[in-house]
Amino acid sequence: MTTPPPLLSAQGLHVTFPGRHGGPPVRAVDGVELDIRPGEIVALVGESGCGKTTLARSLLGLVPPTAGRVSFAGQRLEYSSRALKAYRRRAQLVLQDPSGSLNPRHTVYDAVAEGLRIHGYAGDEREAVTQALSRAGLRPPERFLLRYPHELSGGQRQRVVIAGALVLEPELLVADEPVASLDASVRGEILALLLRLRDELGLAALVVTHDLGLAWNIADRVAVMYLGRIVETGDVEQVLTAPRHPYTQALLSVLPDAPGEPVVLAGEPPDPSRIPTGCRFQARCQVLAGGEAERAGVADRCRGEELEVLGGGGEEQVACHWARARVTT
Amino acid sequence: MTLLDVRNLTVTYPGGAAAVRGVDLRLDAGQKLGIAGESGCGKSTLALALLRLLPAGTKVTGEILLDGEDVLTMRWGRVRAVRWAGASIVFQGAMHSLNPVHRVGDQIAEPILLHRKETPAGARRRTGELLEHVGLPAARVSAYPHELSGGQRQRVMIAMALACDPALIIADEPTTALDVMIQAQILRLIEQLVDEQDVGLMMISHDLSVLADLCDRLAVMYAGRVVEEGPARAVHEDARHPYAAALSAAFPRIGDPASRFAPRGLAGDPPDPAAVPSGCAFHPRCPVAVEGCDTVDIGLREAAPGRLAACVHVPAGNSADARSTP
Repeated sequence: MTTPPPLLSAQGLHVTFPGRHGGPPVRAVDGVELDIRPGEIVALVGESGCGKTTLARSLLGLVPPTAGRVSFAGQRLEYSSRALKAYRRRAQLVLQDPSGSLNPRHTVYDAVAEGLRIHGYAGDEREAVTQALSRAGLRPPERFLLRYPHELSGGQRQRVVIAGALVLEPELLVADEPVASLDASVRGEILALLLRLRDELGLAALVVTHDLGLAWNIADRVAVMYLGRIVETGDVEQVLTAPRHPYTQALLSVLPDAPGEPVVLAGEPPDPSRIPTGCRFQARCQVLAGGEAERAGVADRCRGEELEVLGGGGEEQVACHWARARVTT
Repeated sequence: MTLLDVRNLTVTYPGGAAAVRGVDLRLDAGQKLGIAGESGCGKSTLALALLRLLPAGTKVTGEILLDGEDVLTMRWGRVRAVRWAGASIVFQGAMHSLNPVHRVGDQIAEPILLHRKETPAGARRRTGELLEHVGLPAARVSAYPHELSGGQRQRVMIAMALACDPALIIADEPTTALDVMIQAQILRLIEQLVDEQDVGLMMISHDLSVLADLCDRLAVMYAGRVVEEGPARAVHEDARHPYAAALSAAFPRIGDPASRFAPRGLAGDPPDPAAVPSGCAFHPRCPVAVEGCDTVDIGLREAAPGRLAACVHVPAGNSADARSTP
């Protein structure tokens, strides 16, 4: 089986923001390679402040990268407004909070049709809107056209947001915490919708989330991000059932249903303006603190030798001296 | 000993919304009770009702016995004494519950000064101790809330709840806005404090898997009612009420092949408390509803020893108002 060329690809992506009050610059995205193939669902997981949202925004051209590049369908993304407009027809963003991303004074019809109007859609607008609503699971669509956001439930609002993204028939959805603001029993239906869109329309998706259970539910591949870099990536089954990076191991161990003793990391992730030297996780690493890295003979490298950026392809990779030493010995 | 005994509690808001519709709960000292449910199920209203924090005009009936004394019939002076010292609440969203223009130390000291008649110096000392107890350096007393991270602010809230050595702590979604790792830190802290001080904990959350992990017993609420109650693990792993089962399945266990590419949820939305469906309130979303569910309201029945569920599929016999025995 040959792997199809990636639909979206980030190469050596860096996004740096100037530091506040003359402080050091904030390296929000600090070297990321990531490919998303057509019809693939990739989960980008990490804690708040790890740079996952900045990465997602940068992939959509909302934040220009400081270095590196984003390519879509083999073509390098241009940042002229004309090029970006054309790009956004093919790659759409779904935001976390549907109450905040819908204009309260627009009807469902206006909200969904907005994209069509911006892009000067030549076909039947009403037809396109009803079709998008029905694809997003709002059936019969006619019942929803003239409603306002406040008349809808949270789940229905998120479906309207998804319909607004679908109406232009994009090839890629970037969903930033698509279900975080929804009730638990409603989440499953929205996630099932993303899976169905992939199966029926071949839609690829990058789902940004802090929820590893969500990745297990819907993603093919997962990328775990820590302080601006992807530290472990691979197939969901592989990474989530046999994690190799100590950070991924810790994240999984604190889930309520996880087997074994939880590894609760002390403190909080460091400030992205002060990324530690050596391995960026070393200050909180339980393997280094527990002496296991020492026994494996890699502790000095953990403290002093930075790991290279992981490749963006599908293969299982980990940015950890200790995990790699374990494989080779 | 029974610390908290809630009997047939109903709460109706001035607009007519019946947020809590007949809830019975009990909690012993040193025990951890989880209340799980989604938005609008009445779980936060329940927490507010326990300390009479609901807005004026709200109709509250039933009994709330805290150490045998009914909170609902207490005089105001007594209610004020019971708040903080008898029972305290850790609210969700520490960002909004702390006053941004006061130092956190002064905010923690306030209930100590009011309730324990401490001297300012004594209150300061106690505040420093409390902060260290929740894992923050005592020097943080002079910090303002904006200088702390979300997890640190939640620790301050917990320190405040502990300030007057209450017998009962009510935690309303204490970790909801926090990252998984910080959440694990806070949960571990709460667990440790409850264990060492023998206080009762009522923890309210939408996250049934967290509650199952932390609590001894678990009550699942839907539309203002407890629909299932029992030992926490058993309720999570083998729920008898279809809603509790669906809520449990919404938190997939990683590694479980049954949930891979199969997110599970329920069609429809939680009901509006102002328009609760007839019969069993869950029937419009219920995957196993049968004829009659839309008209007959089923009360809690004994589903197994020490377990209650309000569903027609639980064989009747052990009658409805059988109250759980600890």
